[in-house]
Amino acid sequence: MADIVKMPKLGFDMAEGTLVRWVKLEGEPVRKGDILAEIETDKATVEVESALEGVVLRHLVEQAAVVPVGTPIAMIGAPGEKIEEAPKPESRDKRPESAPQTVFQPTAAQPHPNPTGRVIASPLARRLAREKGLQLEKIAGSGPGGRIIRKDIEAFEAPAGAVDQPVQAFRASSTGAKSIPVSKLRAAIARRMVESKQQVPHFYLTHTYRVDDLLDLRKKINELLPEEEKISLNDMVIKAVALTLRDFPNLNAFFGEHEIHHHEAIHIGSAVGLDGGLMTVVVKDADQKSLRVIAREMKEMAARARSGKVKPEDIEGSTFSISNLGMYDVENFAAIINPPEAAILAVGSAKAQPAVNDEGEVVVEWLMKATLSVDHRVSDGVEAARFMQALAKNLETPLRLVL
Amino acid sequence: MAKITMREAISQALWEEMERDPKVFILGEEVGLWGGTYAVTKGFFDHFGAERVRDTPIAEAAIVGAAIGAALTGLRPVAELMTINFAFSAMDHIVNEAAKLHYMFAGQMVLPMVIRAVGGGGRQLGATHSQTPDAVFAHFPGLKVVAPGTPADAKGLLKAAIRSNDPVLFIEHATLYQTRGEVPDGELIVPIGKSKIQRLGRDVTLVTYSKMLEVSMKAAEQLAAEGIEVEIVDLRSLRPLDMDPVLESLKKTNRAVIVEEGWKSYGVGAEIASRIYEEAFDFVDAPIKRVAQAEVPLPYNRTLEQMALPNAADVVKAVKEVL
Repeated sequence: MADIVKMPKLGFDMAEGTLVRWVKLEGEPVRKGDILAEIETDKATVEVESALEGVVLRHLVEQAAVVPVGTPIAMIGAPGEKIEEAPKPESRDKRPESAPQTVFQPTAAQPHPNPTGRVIASPLARRLAREKGLQLEKIAGSGPGGRIIRKDIEAFEAPAGAVDQPVQAFRASSTGAKSIPVSKLRAAIARRMVESKQQVPHFYLTHTYRVDDLLDLRKKINELLPEEEKISLNDMVIKAVALTLRDFPNLNAFFGEHEIHHHEAIHIGSAVGLDGGLMTVVVKDADQKSLRVIAREMKEMAARARSGKVKPEDIEGSTFSISNLGMYDVENFAAIINPPEAAILAVGSAKAQPAVNDEGEVVVEWLMKATLSVDHRVSDGVEAARFMQALAKNLETPLRLVL
Repeated sequence: MAKITMREAISQALWEEMERDPKVFILGEEVGLWGGTYAVTKGFFDHFGAERVRDTPIAEAAIVGAAIGAALTGLRPVAELMTINFAFSAMDHIVNEAAKLHYMFAGQMVLPMVIRAVGGGGRQLGATHSQTPDAVFAHFPGLKVVAPGTPADAKGLLKAAIRSNDPVLFIEHATLYQTRGEVPDGELIVPIGKSKIQRLGRDVTLVTYSKMLEVSMKAAEQLAAEGIEVEIVDLRSLRPLDMDPVLESLKKTNRAVIVEEGWKSYGVGAEIASRIYEEAFDFVDAPIKRVAQAEVPLPYNRTLEQMALPNAADVVKAVKEVL
């Protein structure tokens, strides 16, 4: 019996993916870990590895098709195995009748997978798509069997319009600006940042850290390491933040409707700048990893992100984020929280500056400002301030980072 | 406005038309002395006399044949068939003569006749006396087929049928005689061949007629309690069929369920669904559903009979399936 490969969920909020390219063609043998296909999500193009062993019996989705998460995309089985029939979506007839008292939720709200690969659309949806010049292939169907219905056409139009409109308003004044199409990544950033700024009440605290010892330690460590393994200041901030978060579960959390969820694990996301956007790569269990491991993972993930070959696990699951613009000579800035996280730390440049030491003397010290943005629904000023102080202990007594 | 039963409404229509036009007369089994199997013509015999309220032998071919002959002479007969199931005995007269003479003789004569027939199941009358063969008769050009679902429509449509110069099969549902509804006072004529919106809604269009209007209304109430608003189009006439309100409604809701009491195969729902696909394909957002009788001869056993007939729960389910 052949096994079904489904469109994987490659991130918190991934609803659908584009099958960019089939790497394994029909009839090709495939082994566990082989790259099966390339899939584009809102954030990135990622390679999907096969968890199965056998022969690709059939592609259920054509290249360039956009399908909801969970949609069967391929069948893998034994060589020469005959396919009985394409998997059917769950029959609606089997759905138990809902009790008359309950408020009816139209079933069309849940996406139904369309296993055939052929575009299935209602006559109305086809007409609307034709009138609006939309390609049905790019629209995910929410009707039975993945059928595209009117709602899907409207939903497809809506978000693009929402992002576009202000831009178009500017274009109307004759500045000679040329319009640039919004990439998927740009659209995702736009959507998430608007969502965050509109829905999450941010507050901000800035703290100045004395980082002479931190820089000193980094220098010493790097003297012991080969060129390709050298650690960055950001790697040390990741470790310091991760250790600090152990005592601040409210900042390693997300705000639900009725409860605040504390994450058990501490996964630190770190923003990586790319052409036309940014991506947050994630060091899992950063509080438990050595600086050397953190540095290696960061290097690998950032390289993959910049070359468009990021793996799904590189970018998913962060519980707290860091945005570090220190290398661009930024004194200080405030970042927008990356939902559904509770806080983000914006890190500025370390600079030699005049400072007053404990003896009241003006001395030159290496100082680094960082600003914490916090979701006020989850945490309050005092707690956030204590976090910044606790972080100071780790950054200013950096031996703690190598304990 | 008086609230009266369907029986009273039909009775009023007959009475008023007989008072108005001496050419109108009634014939059928037990219509005279007995007052009608369903008591529709109670009191008519005493008032209008044996000439105009004529009891006939148990011979449907003879009843319809005599009505055709009378109509050809210029009278306006209203023939009553105790059940539409007996119309099969008069099939040749109905479809080969009544429906065709005007056409075959180049319009030289008209047939201003009405055949009142009682149809529908649900009264434990057994498989041969409980059928809803409306679609069979609506198949033939030349015969108007009318099937009201409310007392007001019954009265207004019957009066229009009696005044029509074409043969009209007027189908009364056996379980609707006691249904009460408001009927406007005074002269009431409802034109044949006009569908009517009986309930406004935005989510799904329900197309129905006769007894199933009542069933659909009940389903609509249940659905409304769950926040689903269906729009109900009552066909009232199967031929001529007025699709305009159906199409208008569908263009609003983009979804349709057709509710008929007869069998699904080759039925009214098949016709309506085809017309929607032919005339409004680009407005359809979900496959059209049909609710109809189970494809079996209608059982005598009460429980089985009720299971075989479409009910409000079936309609509710179908509506949810197209949403």
